[in-house]
Amino acid sequence: MATKQGAALERKKLFGDPIMITTIVLLITFLTLFILYPLAVLLVDSVAGGHGITLSIFGRIFRIPTFTKAIGNTLKIGFTVGLFATAAGLLFAYVEEYVRLGRFTGGLFKVVSMLPVVSPPFVLSLSMIMLFGKAGIITRYVLGIYDNSVYGFWGIVIVQSLTFFPVCYMMFKGLLRNIDPSLEEAARDMGASRFKVFSSVTLPLLLPGIGNAFLVTFIESIADFANPMIIGGSYDTLATTIYLQITGNYDKAGASAMAVVLLSITLLMFIVQKFYLERKSTATLTGKASRVRMLIEDRSVKTPLVVFCSAVALFVIIMYICVPVGALFPTWGYKFFPLTGKWFGQVFSKYKGFKVFRDSFILSFISAPITALLSMIISYLVVKRSFKSKGFIEAVSMLAMAVPGTVLGVGYIRGFSNGLFGSGILQGIYGTGLVLVIVFVVRSLPTGTRSGISALRQIDKSIEESAYDMGADSFKVFTSVTLPLIKDSFLSGLVTAFVRSITAISAIILLVTPQYLLITVQINEFAEKGAYSLACAFASILILITYTAVLLMNIGMKRFGTSRKAAG
Amino acid sequence: MSKVKKGVRLDHISKIYKDPKTGKDFYAVNDTSLTIEPGSFVTLLGPSGCGKTTTLRMIAGFESPDEGEIYLGDEPINALTPNKRDTAMVFQSYALLPHLNIYDNVSYGLRLRKVPKDEIRERVTRILALVELSGMESRMTNQLSGGQQQRVALARALVIEPSVLLFDEPLSNLDAKLRVQMRTEIRRIQQEVGITAVYVTHDQSEAMAISDKIIIMNRGVVEQMGSPYDIYYHPVDEFVADFIGEANFLRGEVMDSSSAEITVNIEGTAVKLPNEKGLSAGDKAVVVLRPEAATLKASGGLPCEVVLSCFMGSYQNYHVKVGSTLVKLEEHNPKNKRIFAVGEKCSLVFDPGSVHVL
Repeated sequence: MATKQGAALERKKLFGDPIMITTIVLLITFLTLFILYPLAVLLVDSVAGGHGITLSIFGRIFRIPTFTKAIGNTLKIGFTVGLFATAAGLLFAYVEEYVRLGRFTGGLFKVVSMLPVVSPPFVLSLSMIMLFGKAGIITRYVLGIYDNSVYGFWGIVIVQSLTFFPVCYMMFKGLLRNIDPSLEEAARDMGASRFKVFSSVTLPLLLPGIGNAFLVTFIESIADFANPMIIGGSYDTLATTIYLQITGNYDKAGASAMAVVLLSITLLMFIVQKFYLERKSTATLTGKASRVRMLIEDRSVKTPLVVFCSAVALFVIIMYICVPVGALFPTWGYKFFPLTGKWFGQVFSKYKGFKVFRDSFILSFISAPITALLSMIISYLVVKRSFKSKGFIEAVSMLAMAVPGTVLGVGYIRGFSNGLFGSGILQGIYGTGLVLVIVFVVRSLPTGTRSGISALRQIDKSIEESAYDMGADSFKVFTSVTLPLIKDSFLSGLVTAFVRSITAISAIILLVTPQYLLITVQINEFAEKGAYSLACAFASILILITYTAVLLMNIGMKRFGTSRKAAG
Repeated sequence: MSKVKKGVRLDHISKIYKDPKTGKDFYAVNDTSLTIEPGSFVTLLGPSGCGKTTTLRMIAGFESPDEGEIYLGDEPINALTPNKRDTAMVFQSYALLPHLNIYDNVSYGLRLRKVPKDEIRERVTRILALVELSGMESRMTNQLSGGQQQRVALARALVIEPSVLLFDEPLSNLDAKLRVQMRTEIRRIQQEVGITAVYVTHDQSEAMAISDKIIIMNRGVVEQMGSPYDIYYHPVDEFVADFIGEANFLRGEVMDSSSAEITVNIEGTAVKLPNEKGLSAGDKAVVVLRPEAATLKASGGLPCEVVLSCFMGSYQNYHVKVGSTLVKLEEHNPKNKRIFAVGEKCSLVFDPGSVHVL
């Protein structure tokens, strides 16, 4: 009885705040409609028979040999890539945090950490083929091998590892910074060798973080669509199988069931990662470094580590450089000189380059601010306010992180092509630019929300309370206090959302109609046709756009960013 | 300030939380009723977790009471959100808006109230003069010292002329010296403005120095409410006696009683004390003895043995054993007095009028 009054009063206060209540209702509607509903439809689709519930569709797809093989393939790739990327990421982070680096190597590391932010996720597949494929520069012209095949398991593994390891590297860098050097100094002081310190102190402290990085990469890898598509050859993964099932075999129910299988795998990984490892990894490492770490100067340790990492970093950088250079060769693999601008010319003259870039740019440009604002609002509600449906909002917006784009794409097809539950309601948005914008927003929302939440957690709750106490309503608090304080996070969320949208492919490729030409879809098309020079030309321009966006963000942060002081 | 002063009244207020570990409900504040007179300075004092901050936050509106009603003046305010309540809070962490300068921080509440620009300027200038921060208008908050930031927080709360000013341990982030200086300051300003103030602290000397009335809370209930003098000399129970100042408890049994006097047997010695509580023979009595209220003599009181004797400058610190009870004493101005050494047998002497019997 008693607690009811408190709860009732809280509710009354909430309803006395119309903007707040409208925002919450709109948010819940949006999340339900565009994240939960499409996934629910998949589940319903895959068990709905002529009459009642049936498992026959699952039975059917599990009898398709390519599908069962794809499950094995996907898990095998995910596991291997998870291992490689985690190991490489840990090595890079360790070297950066523990070894005194020269300016050149330091620069290399910085570039490597930046690259995955600005580049479309599948660029490395292109350069892999161009460097090591049948007509690859290195295989054919340097090594003289004429029948090297990069397509298949190892191609995907190498490309994905190189694509995802910088993410692990950044994660480990954060964790290593939080290890108090005095812990290691104490071990050293008691007589442990440097290796012993690493194996008995540093590594155990990092273990949950290692598991975390592994699973994050695992999820990324099995959700990845574009790389297996381009470099997989006949080696199919779940994402590509689903795509082919729907675009090649027109088997929508089968694709739904397959999507449910893929979603179950990523969701399981995500739950383990989120609720078990993430908590543990921050719990063991909450300490702030009390002092600066003594860096390793010992040459016998330093030289091999630095040489190895620099080699990998250089290799990655060369692979990226290969893309714009590749677009300048007259015929890749046959004729290298004189360099020509004809492919770039053709992009615009023959292949509607202007429309392609305009469509991609406009759609991403519309969705970026929506994503950034939405994620800041969600973070604000999650961190600073308490109300009943808060858990729902947080859970669903985080859940979107575990949903592979392909799954979402199939969900949208099934959920909206005939309107809500086949009723025709909202059918109007299907096949329009609006649905593409919504997909962009949904796909970038979790990253934005996550960074927003961590930015807001840094800000003392009483700062907003004081504004509230001074007479500001929720809306005013949000606009006059919260937003100015997390300007940096908002700006980076804006740019990240833009970059993610303009480089997105997995969900979009299933939903785009001929009316819109998107860069990533074009690149994929040309790469599949073997027109690598054109794909490279498109990709180079895309990288130029994303790089400019990131550059503008950095300038903007330097000029307007004041929020760093807010933490104290 | 021309506004009518308002008091605060809590009528059977309870706040129930769920223990995150056991999942059971527990009362952070339990059936608390109290009245804060208009214009008075009242301090909620208690150990951490006693419910004082929860009570304050309920008055501010950040928490909603699960039972009872809160009144500001005569108006029930349970259903009002913090921004609609005529209260202003000074936070422990100051909670200044870090992206605004001092002037904008102080004028924030006035701008929300759509006060005309000229009036804002005039009021902010006056209030900054009151807290002695004139000329700092364009500084950013991180360019100020802790004490200055606290003054800005106070100015920001005062400038909107609230009916009640709320303080949530505002001095706990300052160093000891500044704390003493700021509490005098806060008291001066409150007196000057004549505003009702509710102040939360766990520092008893702060509470003594600043308040008209102190409310001692423990485990969600009010133990005692009274002036600092009352609470120090007439604590209602051992908790209050122990929490405010230092207290020694001498336990004994009443041997003989009249309406004016009782004789208590303390560790084998009969001591005559005034009968404030109307005790009769056979009752248990607890004598509250403050460290400064007793002295050591060669004879003439309770026999005791010195176990610690330590020169502290302004006083000699003794621990003595009276029977099995350890008693802490402060002999002030020890120069030219006889100093007893550890192990010496002597006598504990006190004036019956300066102790309190529970």
